[in-house]
Amino acid sequence: MNVNQHTPMASPYGQPQPGYGQPGYAPLDGGYPAPYAPYNGPSSAYQPGAPPQGYSPFTNFPSKAVVANPVSDLSSPLDLGPARGPPTSGTPPVSAPQPYNQYSQGDMQNGPPPLTQAPPRPAASQLYNQGAVNLSGPQPSYPQNYGPQPSMQQVTSQMTGMQITSGAPTPTGPGYAPPRSSQHPASTAYSAAPPPSYTQAPPPASPAQTQPPPPSGPAASQQYYGGPPPPSQQPFNSSLPPTSQRQFPSPGLPPSSSQQTFPPSSYSGPVSPPSQAPAHPVSQPQQPFPPTQPPFSSAPPPVSQPAFAPGPPPPTQGSFPPRAPPPSSQPGSFPPPGPPPTSMPSGQYPGPMPPQQQPPPSQPHPYQSGPPPIRTQMPPTSMAQSNHLPPGSQGPPGPPGPMQQPPSQPGMQGGYPPQQNGAFGQGRGPQPGYAGPYPGQPNYGAPAPAPAPGPAAQKRLDPDAIPSPIQVIEDDRAKCTEPFTTGVRGQVPPLVTTNFQAKDQGNASPRFVRCTAYNVPCTADMAKQSQVPLAAVIKPLATLPPDETPPYLVDHGEAGPVRCNRCKAYMCPYMQFIEGGRRFQCGFCSCVTEVPPHYFQHLDHTGKRVDCYDRPELSLGSYEFVATVDYCKNNKIPQPPAFIFLIDVSYNAVKSGMVNIVCQELKTLLDYLPRENPEMDSVVRVGFVTYNKVLHFYNVKASLAQPQMLVVSDVSDMFVPLLDGFLVNVNESRLVIESLLDQIPEMFADTRETETVFGPVIQAGLEALKAADCSGKLFVFHTSLPIAEAPGKLKNREDKKLVGTDKEKSLFQPQVGFYNTLAKECVAQGCCVDLFLFPNQYVDVATLGVVPVSTGGSIYKYTYFQAQSDTERFLNDLRRDVQKLVGFDAVMRVRTSTGIRATDFFGSFFMSNTTDVELAGLDCDKAITVEFKHDDKLSEETGALMQCAVLYTSCSGQRRLRVHNMAVNCCSQLADLYRNCETDTIINFFSKYAFRGLLNNPTKAVRDTLINQCAQILACYRKNCASPSSAGQLILPECMKLLPVYLNCVLKSDVLMPGADVSLDDRAYLRQLISGMDVTESHIFFYPRLLPLTKLESGSLPLAVRDSEERLSKGGVYLLETGLHLFLWVGASVQQELLLNIFGTQSFSQIDPSLTSLPVLDNPFSQRLRDIIESFRAQRSRYMKLMVVKQEDKAELIFRHFLVEDKSASGGASYVDFLCHMHKEIRQLLS
Amino acid sequence: MPYLFLKQFISPLSKPEDNLIHSTSSVMATYQEFIQQNEDRDGVRFSWNLWPSSRLEATRLVVPVSCLFTPLKERPDLPPVQYEPVLCSRANCKAVLNPLCQVDFRAKIWACNFCFQRNPFPPSYAGISEVNQPAELMPQFSTIEYIVQRGPTPPLIFLYVVDTCLEEEDLQALKESLQMSLSLLPPNALVGLITFGRMVQVHELSCEGIAKSYVFRGTKDLSSKQIQEMLGLTKAAASGQQGRPQAPQDAAASCRFLQPVHRVDMNLTDLLGELQRDPWPVPQGKRPLRSTGVALSVAVGLLEGTFPNTGARVMLFIGGPPTQGPGMVVGDELKTPIRSWHDIQKDNARHLKKATKYYEAMANRSAVNGHCIDIYACALDQTGLLEMKCLSNLTGGHIVMGDSFNTSLFKQTFQRVFSKDYNGDFRMAFGGVLEVKTSREVKVCGTIGPCVSLNAKGSCVSENEMGIGGTSQWKVCGINPSTTLALYFEVVNQHNAPVPQGGRGVIQFVTQYQHSNTQRRIRVTTIARNWADAQSQIQHIESSFDQEASAVLMARLGVFRAESEEGPDVLRWLDRQLIRLCQKFGQFNKDDPTSFKLSESLSLYPQFMFHLRRSPFLQVFNNSPDESSYYRHHFVRQDLTQSLIMIQPILYSYSFHGPPEPVLLDSSSILPDRILLMDTFFQLVIYHGETIAQWRKAGYQEMAEYENFKQLLLAPLDDAQEILQTRFPMPRYIDTEHGGSQARFLLSKVNPSQTHNNLYAWGQETGAPILTDDVSLQVFMDHLKKLAVSSSA
Repeated sequence: MNVNQHTPMASPYGQPQPGYGQPGYAPLDGGYPAPYAPYNGPSSAYQPGAPPQGYSPFTNFPSKAVVANPVSDLSSPLDLGPARGPPTSGTPPVSAPQPYNQYSQGDMQNGPPPLTQAPPRPAASQLYNQGAVNLSGPQPSYPQNYGPQPSMQQVTSQMTGMQITSGAPTPTGPGYAPPRSSQHPASTAYSAAPPPSYTQAPPPASPAQTQPPPPSGPAASQQYYGGPPPPSQQPFNSSLPPTSQRQFPSPGLPPSSSQQTFPPSSYSGPVSPPSQAPAHPVSQPQQPFPPTQPPFSSAPPPVSQPAFAPGPPPPTQGSFPPRAPPPSSQPGSFPPPGPPPTSMPSGQYPGPMPPQQQPPPSQPHPYQSGPPPIRTQMPPTSMAQSNHLPPGSQGPPGPPGPMQQPPSQPGMQGGYPPQQNGAFGQGRGPQPGYAGPYPGQPNYGAPAPAPAPGPAAQKRLDPDAIPSPIQVIEDDRAKCTEPFTTGVRGQVPPLVTTNFQAKDQGNASPRFVRCTAYNVPCTADMAKQSQVPLAAVIKPLATLPPDETPPYLVDHGEAGPVRCNRCKAYMCPYMQFIEGGRRFQCGFCSCVTEVPPHYFQHLDHTGKRVDCYDRPELSLGSYEFVATVDYCKNNKIPQPPAFIFLIDVSYNAVKSGMVNIVCQELKTLLDYLPRENPEMDSVVRVGFVTYNKVLHFYNVKASLAQPQMLVVSDVSDMFVPLLDGFLVNVNESRLVIESLLDQIPEMFADTRETETVFGPVIQAGLEALKAADCSGKLFVFHTSLPIAEAPGKLKNREDKKLVGTDKEKSLFQPQVGFYNTLAKECVAQGCCVDLFLFPNQYVDVATLGVVPVSTGGSIYKYTYFQAQSDTERFLNDLRRDVQKLVGFDAVMRVRTSTGIRATDFFGSFFMSNTTDVELAGLDCDKAITVEFKHDDKLSEETGALMQCAVLYTSCSGQRRLRVHNMAVNCCSQLADLYRNCETDTIINFFSKYAFRGLLNNPTKAVRDTLINQCAQILACYRKNCASPSSAGQLILPECMKLLPVYLNCVLKSDVLMPGADVSLDDRAYLRQLISGMDVTESHIFFYPRLLPLTKLESGSLPLAVRDSEERLSKGGVYLLETGLHLFLWVGASVQQELLLNIFGTQSFSQIDPSLTSLPVLDNPFSQRLRDIIESFRAQRSRYMKLMVVKQEDKAELIFRHFLVEDKSASGGASYVDFLCHMHKEIRQLLS
Repeated sequence: MPYLFLKQFISPLSKPEDNLIHSTSSVMATYQEFIQQNEDRDGVRFSWNLWPSSRLEATRLVVPVSCLFTPLKERPDLPPVQYEPVLCSRANCKAVLNPLCQVDFRAKIWACNFCFQRNPFPPSYAGISEVNQPAELMPQFSTIEYIVQRGPTPPLIFLYVVDTCLEEEDLQALKESLQMSLSLLPPNALVGLITFGRMVQVHELSCEGIAKSYVFRGTKDLSSKQIQEMLGLTKAAASGQQGRPQAPQDAAASCRFLQPVHRVDMNLTDLLGELQRDPWPVPQGKRPLRSTGVALSVAVGLLEGTFPNTGARVMLFIGGPPTQGPGMVVGDELKTPIRSWHDIQKDNARHLKKATKYYEAMANRSAVNGHCIDIYACALDQTGLLEMKCLSNLTGGHIVMGDSFNTSLFKQTFQRVFSKDYNGDFRMAFGGVLEVKTSREVKVCGTIGPCVSLNAKGSCVSENEMGIGGTSQWKVCGINPSTTLALYFEVVNQHNAPVPQGGRGVIQFVTQYQHSNTQRRIRVTTIARNWADAQSQIQHIESSFDQEASAVLMARLGVFRAESEEGPDVLRWLDRQLIRLCQKFGQFNKDDPTSFKLSESLSLYPQFMFHLRRSPFLQVFNNSPDESSYYRHHFVRQDLTQSLIMIQPILYSYSFHGPPEPVLLDSSSILPDRILLMDTFFQLVIYHGETIAQWRKAGYQEMAEYENFKQLLLAPLDDAQEILQTRFPMPRYIDTEHGGSQARFLLSKVNPSQTHNNLYAWGQETGAPILTDDVSLQVFMDHLKKLAVSSSA
């Protein structure tokens, strides 16, 4: 903190001011200064204005400023600086120096004003942060930010977003590249812009400076804001949301990128613009991009708008007024940097900027107006370029801005507008939407300034100022309004928390495959330098939402799928047909293969097969082949799979009610066995076994009047006592099965047997499947540590004393080798094991879980199971587990293009060699994380391809191949890597990597490794991508600005840092659970969703708040969702009305904390709340039991455990503390 | 008793003295009556009814002093006494008070006639006097039965061990038989069911609703302890903490598998009805996997753990050879045929020794606990009886061999297992212990019969072993009224030590057993024979010779040897014994075969030996190892009459010429206008002569005017029916005619007096030539005479 603050203080101050002091820029670089100038201008304006305004008007602001400073410093400055710095190449350095210079200069030029306002400046620096924010989404975002910001988080998020965006923008830039094409011109314009900017710059600078002086101005600006915002907001909201959202949703992303790029370009406007712009799009390739851009161009703008509309607008609306100023101030700072460039490029900015800047008072304006100006400009630009979305979206906002600004900088606009407009339009669009991205851009300019000021200003890091997950999530949601199409290589998909529709256009949908990075470094050196893990999380059988088409099934008849001769890759869109279609060249290994006669088709003039769009395997990223007999085990068409239910009937199992519940449920559940055609009966056969220390098999042959029980006591050498009648068709044997399920609880009602076996139970199921020569799934319902004399017998080895020692790892390892061997056999047979545990004490999950985990099964654990309270959860889990689609006897192979190789796999499976992932069972919830490493250079042209092929037996017994193709870009610039990665996926990878590391390393070593790698990633960014700035600044890449907070969550998880009350079993359970999680689940698991329930509107969820106790209001009710648990937290002084609505009780004390479901009350609130809870449950693969937690109650301890931004009881760092720690680490690395 | 006319048989040898046989010489008459009387009263037939007084002389008699003893011979006239026997107080004697004891009524003291210990009568005998004697002192009660009132009376136990690798039809028939048998069991008897195929299932009978069974892998040799653990039989003992509730639990635990018939007969009937064929697929070219070894092991283990020393009958039903696991007799590859005698002689039977050893161990375990094992093997091919025979042979169980469970042979035989006596009690008893006590001059060498040694050494045990020796006590786990043991004795009196004047050798048989009405009983038979000096009284001794008993006794020795020796060696030994006997007792001039004569009391003996030599007990040619084992099994346990039929089948002739008459077992008896009925014990053959067969084919019996022909045809059927209804196991019933393929059963038995070699040389009026190179009785006798009179022999 201190460091941050200090450093930021110093540098930011200097920088911002200087930066603001466009003069400095101007002097330094014509181009830069200009962009900066404009930005600075605004920022400065903001700052000046902000401080006063912010402070006075917005209490938050100040606080934000304070906090923001650090944060902003951290993010925006860093990002902006670095990101742009490098791209700008020339400029960045300049900028870097600029800050200082600027500072001085600023002092010099702006100095005066600042000087006068020197104190405020610091604030201004904070403002810078804000500015940074502004940058990120200065124009649009600000308003939005403001809206959101009302909550501290939003602001921070924006801030962070801004900062990050700075980083992000650049990355996004590439995405936008296409748009940029238009931009290119823009860029050219930029170049042109620069000059204008310069010209403008000065003005802005001056304005900025001037602004400070006219604090009143700010006030005015505030008023303006007040004025403008509403209008702008309204317009935005109205105009943007509708238009932008609608049109831009999908573009949102691109725009952001474009925006970013633009910003950069704009930044560089003069000089850097091009470089940045290229970088983003393809920085240098700009030209090439241009073509692409066109298409995008249209998109981008929309995107940006949409982004705005969704994310920012709401916030802005809500919070804007209040916080707007502060943010604005911050944004202001951003804007200054960002805007300048942007403004520079786009006449708009300039326009607005100038106005803002020019009208120093407008500083706030700049922020606020910044956006508006943009809008204003936007409109023009957009208008000019394309009236499409941008205009619309911006139009609305624009008006206000333009109104204000235009006047100020009409000339500017005029000059810049055209080019910049285009750029801006896009850029702006994005920016608004992508508060983040934009900020990034702004960051370029802003980074330096913002950070410095912020940190300096405050001594203590304000939680609101640090990157907020909520803000990022909301921003992403906001910008995602259109379906995500997978056709373009290297696009970062929407976040997992965003509802979007994916359209398969040649790459696998993000629902199937998510990558940590969508731009892969070209060389191993780069990859090593960055330390960013290259991994993909693949969920091969993921369930798609109803509005997306499941993979098509392709049947090539007896010939089977067409494959490359050499690498055996399956036919996919990456195969290039040559020689008139007679041959094709493999995209993976480049080998040329003859096209089989039956598959021949002529090519059209573009070299595409004529039937390209008729064949899924030629046009889609995901599809399925019907496998021929060659793909079957033993060259035999597989038998339909079987489900075997193995139920523990020892004393504990019976007493807890488990046996009774399972048997009752199975009677109905058996009608819902998985089937592919809902109108047909399932072909899955079922069998039943009960056991304690001996096993009871049941003959339920249809011809029997009564089931027969076959007891096998010879557990040392398990075998299946019967063949015929064990596995039966449910419909045929229904009566017998029902009779059996009725009788099982009775038969064992008086049992006194407490010992159980476990190994033989699985063996029994395995043998049964072997005997029936089919694959299948075992459902084992087990209660206790298997201590009866039998193979796989276990001892109680729970020893708390080992926790924290080097021997701790042994507790995660299986106790005996027996289960590993058994797992291997199970996999060979295609026997998947799902384990339901009902322990009352230690059961050694680490050992019992070996088989389920190795066979692609799941473990469910219901500690201290009580029929009354846990039945619902258990039954829902069971129902889902039984019903879900599942494939058996699967083999997954990941093929990649030359230069990259899948080296490591994480998940629930077994591998007998280094390439084939064997899954006895693979269900729709299981994800496999694959790590890639370079083994050669990659080329930017071809990108990196991967093909994941899963051969499996469907639940109807058909052998199939599911193929997912994924192509990502390759980059030679680290910045591109950082711009196109996905933190959620990285966290997914890290957690799996770390949790596996636990088996062999001390926990502390694992934690340190994680921290180190993360620090290296960020340090590398700082070193190579961020503009030079004070070492005291923490600069985070836009795309990774949440990395610290999420990583902290991983480190604080029970697995890596157990509390005193966390049992070894729980840790082992979670460890294994996470190994199969996809990104969505791991995200919610590590960063739970916390919703305030004070007001519920139908149709939309309340805005989540950050996981911190500070965010909880005593008077509120909150719902917290972790993917495994659901808590309803009730504040001590909650309104009576809420109580009545939710619980139907009058007072807090009357709430029954043992409730597991809410009373059904006939009021809209209750109805809606229950609907929300239901919908949450429906989203997760496991049923979440609801716990009602009353404030100050004992149970609150558990609840607090999930407030992951706070210090944890077990010693986990708070978010703020951890961020500081990270910063320290990074600085160490940098020095 | 149609077989009593055996003695009327006319031997070619003694033809000239035909009259003598019929004439009732006083001696003969005396001995015949004496023997008959002894057999009727005590169930004992001695080879010699006068005993040579010294060891040397006894040895020279060739046929040892020995007897056939039927411990539980049915005695409707003998009501058991309701008290316990009075025992000699000497610890190593414990002989039972008997009519031969000297009693001092005044002193109320009796002297043991084995150890001469003087014992006071117990208090309950206070009222004893010359005129008030307890039954055991009356001469007619040389055999007497006591009922032991003490101790619990555990119910009978029947454990069905059922092979499910059967053809559907067979299984169905078997299931029906088993269901039927439930109605024959006494209501309080305990029943259990074990089924097996690839796996072994022990069915729990007590539960309602779901049918439970415990399953064992068919390939794993489990110890008795493991089995009991797996069946949960030891649980109560292991986990029981309170003393009281433990006992009932124990009972309950064991009762899960063995339940009183009256309680579970419905249940069990259903269970049997639902029995499925072994569901495991049998690939082409394979035998079904049959875990007979483990099934038995489980059965034995179960009874061992629950009801040791209680009468129990394990009834094993098999439809094929054990093909896996311990006790496997043949692999499951059909291309590998089951071992034949040829393979065994070539030492080519891979599994033979191992399997035999396994089943022997099993049989011994079972015998120790007093449980007997029956084998009901019905299959067209061999089922491994050779290896498994000891199960029954050592425990007194039955072996029944048939072609299919769906034949009346099996069905009726099985039904007859549960036949009842005049009191309505089963003709079976369990856990019998036979103890032999001898007076000083005699010692017991051993026993041949369905028993195991209890290794009771004592003063009356000879060092010279014959059969199962080295002990004076044997366990006969399953015992029925016809079970007959051969006991061999040795006279140990030295030649120079004179036998006390008027002294008698005394032997006491004490049989303790569990009666089928669950009472424990003790039957005591005390017999005495006079001593005779072989030098001075050789004539007397000769005339006391019981040639029927001797033939059977010697045959048992032969069969016993045949189990362990090569066939030819046994025959040679038998021949030498016969020659020695002829030399000892024949009247001849040296080197003049024509002068050779045998006395009446020995006249039939060589003929028995001739047929014995040809019998399947010693000849394995044309018999599978299983068949040989089966025949031998029955031979060593049937009583004298049945044994003689087995050695020398009887042949009746039916014709219009007169009433049915027994005829010589000779090819000359096969005439066109006769109907023959041959009883070999195992087979019952009705043979229609050529003419009769033609008439029958022409349908004369249907015509009213040929009513007499119809009667003639029916006569042998009626007689056969009579035999069929009493015989156990039921014989194979064969109805054939001249030229019929089944006629071979008859042709292979008759003395081939007319063969293709001598057809026209001997008489020509009668008979059918037998196409064989076997020697005829005539030739055999000629050789015997030659050898007997030869001075060089």
